[in-house]
Formats: sequence, C-alpha cells, structure tokens
Amino acid sequence: MRIREPFKLAAVGVIGFWLMAFALLPNLLVAVASLLERGGDEFVAPILTLDNYRRLLDLLYLGVLLDSLWLAAATTLLCLLLGYPFAYLLTRMPARWRPLLLLLVIVPFWTSSLVRTYAMVILLQTNGWLNQLLLNLGWIAEPLELLYTEPAVIAGMLYALLPFMILPLYAVLEKLDRRLIEAARDLGAGRVTIFRRIILPLTLPGIVAGCLLTFLPGLGMFYVADLLGGARTMLVGNLIRDQFLSARDWPFGAAASVLLTVLMGLLLWAYYLSARRANRGALP
Amino acid sequence: MSEWVIELRNVSKAYAAHAVLRNVSLQVRAGEFLTLLGPSGCGKTTILRLLAGFEPADGGEIVIGGQDMRTLPPEQRQVNTVFQSYALFPHLTVFENVAFGPRVKGVKGAALRERVMDTLRMVKLEDFAGRKPGQLSGGQQQRVAIARAVVNQPRVLLLDEPLSALDYKLRKAMQLELKQLQRRLGITFIFVTHDQEEALSMSDRVAVMNAGRIEQFGTPRQIYEVPANLFVARFVGEINNLSGRVVAAAPPRYDIRLHDRVINLKSPYVFGVGDRVHVLVRPEDVRIWREHEGSAEERAVLFPAVVEAVVYKGSTVDLAIRLDSGDVLSTTQFFNEDDQALMNLDFREGERVFVDWVRDWETILPHEE
Repeated sequence: MRIREPFKLAAVGVIGFWLMAFALLPNLLVAVASLLERGGDEFVAPILTLDNYRRLLDLLYLGVLLDSLWLAAATTLLCLLLGYPFAYLLTRMPARWRPLLLLLVIVPFWTSSLVRTYAMVILLQTNGWLNQLLLNLGWIAEPLELLYTEPAVIAGMLYALLPFMILPLYAVLEKLDRRLIEAARDLGAGRVTIFRRIILPLTLPGIVAGCLLTFLPGLGMFYVADLLGGARTMLVGNLIRDQFLSARDWPFGAAASVLLTVLMGLLLWAYYLSARRANRGALP
Repeated sequence: MSEWVIELRNVSKAYAAHAVLRNVSLQVRAGEFLTLLGPSGCGKTTILRLLAGFEPADGGEIVIGGQDMRTLPPEQRQVNTVFQSYALFPHLTVFENVAFGPRVKGVKGAALRERVMDTLRMVKLEDFAGRKPGQLSGGQQQRVAIARAVVNQPRVLLLDEPLSALDYKLRKAMQLELKQLQRRLGITFIFVTHDQEEALSMSDRVAVMNAGRIEQFGTPRQIYEVPANLFVARFVGEINNLSGRVVAAAPPRYDIRLHDRVINLKSPYVFGVGDRVHVLVRPEDVRIWREHEGSAEERAVLFPAVVEAVVYKGSTVDLAIRLDSGDVLSTTQFFNEDDQALMNLDFREGERVFVDWVRDWETILPHEE
C-alpha cells in the first residue's frame, strides 16, 4: 500500500491538473467572454453586458438552433435504428470472433474524422464513385445530386457517429443475462413481448448513453455540414466557428458556445436522473 | 390416456462430441414428486432443459401430457421452470414478476391482481409485492421464483437445484415448504439436486444419474436400502464396502468369505461359487461390541477391530473402526435410552472392539472394478 499511495496521488493530481487547465479554465474564459462587449484589436472589451444572449434570441439564430437539433436528432435516431440490431448481432456472434468485429467498428477512429468526411465528398460528388457505380450499372441515366444536400449531411454524421452508438449498446447487450430471456420464454412470452418487456427496459441505459454520445457531438459537428452540406446548412457549430474565425465577434460566439454547453449539460443531467431511477432496486 | 404425465423414450443429447444423455428413458406419474439426483455433469439439468424446450433432443421422444414435444417451443409448453439462479426480472417488481406469465396469456385487471396476490400469499410474500428483486433476501427471491412459476398452473413444475444457494437452515425449511406446496397444488414436480439427503427426504421417487445414464429409479427407500449398483450405493449416503468371495451357493443364501470369516448372507442376485462380491453395510447398521461383551462363540463370528477415531455429533457418535484385516469401517452409533449398554458410548481411540452388523440389512453386489 505504501508504494501505491504516491502513485495514486500523482495520477489524481495529473488528471486534476489536466481537467483544470484544459477543460474548466477554457470554459470559464468562454463564459466570461460571453458577458463582455465586442472590442477592436483585442476582440473583447471589458464591459459587462447581456447583449450577446439577447441577440441569440433572434429568430434567425433560433432557426439555426432548431436546424442543428433536428439534424442531430435525425442522425441519432438513424444511429439507434442501425446500431441496435448491429450491436445485438455482435453479441450473438461466436465469442472468438467478437473482439475482431469490435475492432472493425473501432478502426475508423484511427483516421481523423475530417479526413473521413473528405472521403465522403469523393464518394458523393457529382462525378464521384457512387454516381459512377450507379451509372455503370445502368440504374440511373444521369448523375444524382448527392453532395450538398441534407441527406448527405446526415449520412456524414451517421458515418462519423455510429460507433459511439454501437459501443454502449454492445456493452449493455453483452451484459444482458440470457437466462432472463429463457425465463420469459418459459412463462409463455413470444419474441415481441420479450423484446418489449425484458430486453428493451434492461438495455435502456445503453440506449440513453448511445443517444447522448451521438446527439451531443452531432450538435457541434460543423465540418460535416460544411463539407457535405455546402453553405446551405448553418448549424450552431458553424455559427460559433464563424463568429470566432470570420466575423471576429468573440463575445457572441462565446454566448452561442455557452448556450450549447448548457443545453448539453441539461441533457446529461436528465440522463443522470433517469439512470439513478433505473438503478433503484436493481439486482447487484 | 396413459398414467404418465411425462415420458422420455431413449432420449439422447450431445454437446459437440460430448454425450450428455445416453438413451435415457423415464416415466413420471401425474402429481408425483420426482427427483433427478446425481453429481454435477451427470445430465440431470439437461433433462430439465429438454423438458422445458430450451434445447432439442438429438434422439428419442419426449411426451408431456400425451403430446409429442419435438416441435413445440418453450413458450407453448405447459411446464414452468424454477431456475437455479432464479432468473427474476430485475427491473420489475415482485408483483410484475409473478404477473408476467398470466399477463402474457391475456389475464387482466382484477382477475390478474387476485391471482397474483393469491399466489404471493401462498409463498408468504404478499407484503413484498411492490419491491424489486434486488431488495429481497435470497430466500425471498427463491419464493418469488416459485410463485412466478406456479401462478401459471403448469402441468409440470421443473426445479433446477432451487435450494442450492440457500444456507443450511433455510434450505431445510424450504424443503418442507416445497413438499407441502406440491401436495397442496397437486402439480407434478421434477426436482434436480446433487444433495442426496434432499432427494431422499422430499421425493416420491428418485432417479439416480451418472454420466448421462439413469443408474437406478425407485422410491427413496429402495434407493437407500437396495442400491442397484456400487455407484448408487456410494452416492446415496455413506456406505462401507467389504470385498468377499462366494464359497458356497444355495440361492438365495450364500456363504461368503470375508477375510478369515465365512458368513451366511441372503441376496436376490444369483452368484456362483468363486464369484467375487461386494458386501455393503450402512454405518448405522454396524454394531460394536466391547471387549467384555458377548460370549466366546458369539465372538467367533465377529470381526476384531480397533477404534481409530471418535467423532461426537450430538445425537450420534461416529467411529472409524479399523478391522484387523485392514479395512476401515465408518459407523454411526445412536444414543439409546432403552439400552443401558449403548447409552455408554465413551469409546476411546485405540480401544479394541468387535464388530458385526444387523444381518440381512447388508447389500451384496457383483464385483465391479
């Protein structure tokens, strides 16, 4: 124990420092900036104001927020519909194949998601691979307009986020006690009843976790909308980036960031509450 | 309609190349409490899984209530299982766990409530209806598992080592309760255990299994008193095994040489002169004579021996006795108030004694390697 105490202290210290320096401090800076006025050369002027938040209530920006919520929600739903059966099938595979299949789910992470999004452009553009394939097969007479559409944005986000849905679902489905399913069959339940009354409620924590892990990043993924959606879709992520990099209105960009952070915080809090309720009285 | 509620005919089952059941045949009467007894891996749980329908048999026939089970999935069988791990639904309350089966069959509202609460009352859990399984003790979870199964009024209840997770005292109490419940409900129970005491005390009939076969099928008394072979004799209770040889045969009586003694014993088996046999004696049937007891001619048929170990057990005294021939016998001596000689069980280790056993209570079996 004596040897382990300093190690524990060092580990906690490093993590604590890391979180303070690279998570808490920047967020505090953003929160402070959002309450200041736009300045000249220094980007912010030290005058307190709520003006930035008032501007966010503008219909234009509310529309941006709603668009972002809609895209993230649609992506999340698609991820869930694809990811749930996928994760379920993974758990049904022979045990010695599962690590390899999980690895295949994770492999895309080894490449930057920006690079992967560019790859999607090559696939989807007017003379891209997908159109070429469909033309060669004779299924279409002229190239489809795939790139710079909302479905393209959703496809790009789906591709980037699907593993975040599959992994938590796999974790809960893997843990699911097969004997409970046998018990339900023994009591006369058919497939639909077993899924609805046993499997779904018992995997709900994984579903919620997966949805959060796709929905929250989905809200801020500006580069996917940029590259695959063209200039047509303006999302919260794009808005923030533009305020900082193009419009040079740091306080307003900061206010939008704070709004996004608060929104995500609320969702996480809701998740925490639901998880606590689900755990009450559960078997150890 | 045959008198059997369950019939297994030449059922076999293998996992990969490993045979788990080899040509098992078994018939169960309606309302019977039948126990499958055997060491782990003997195939007893596999029989339950085949009956419940979780797995198909490789060969043979399974008939429940006159109906061939081959193509019937578990959800359509009139059997219910009490699982070893209970397999209670952790996210549902006790009430909802018990209501699961009836709900699936379309029972609703007041009728459902009444039926579930009646069953919970039967297992004395009516005050726990709103709890989740995780908030119950092991014994209470066990009762929920039983209630969840019997509420469906199955033809047959399958119980897979349901008491093995409980402590000794609770297990004893639950044995009694299960037996009473079975009598009250009139449901056929098929009970799996590796605990021979549990099997003997609860069952109408016991099937002793080993390595995928049924070694003996009979009443607890038959199993204990007339074991069919060495495996059953050894597995069900403790038994002393003496090797002997037949020196004279006049069926059903035989003269058998045990070391330097020849004794005349009775057996339903037919032996020839020169055959090697096992003479099996239960510890409680062994009698011990102290050095000063008995006359000289009485001693001529007794086995001289030395007390090796004395274990006081409260209601009995267990002795390990080494015969002069080298065999060690275990014996159980009961305190007997009517017999002053036996009241005095203060044997010393190293004491010289003479032993025999209650004649005709032994079992003689053909020699097995």
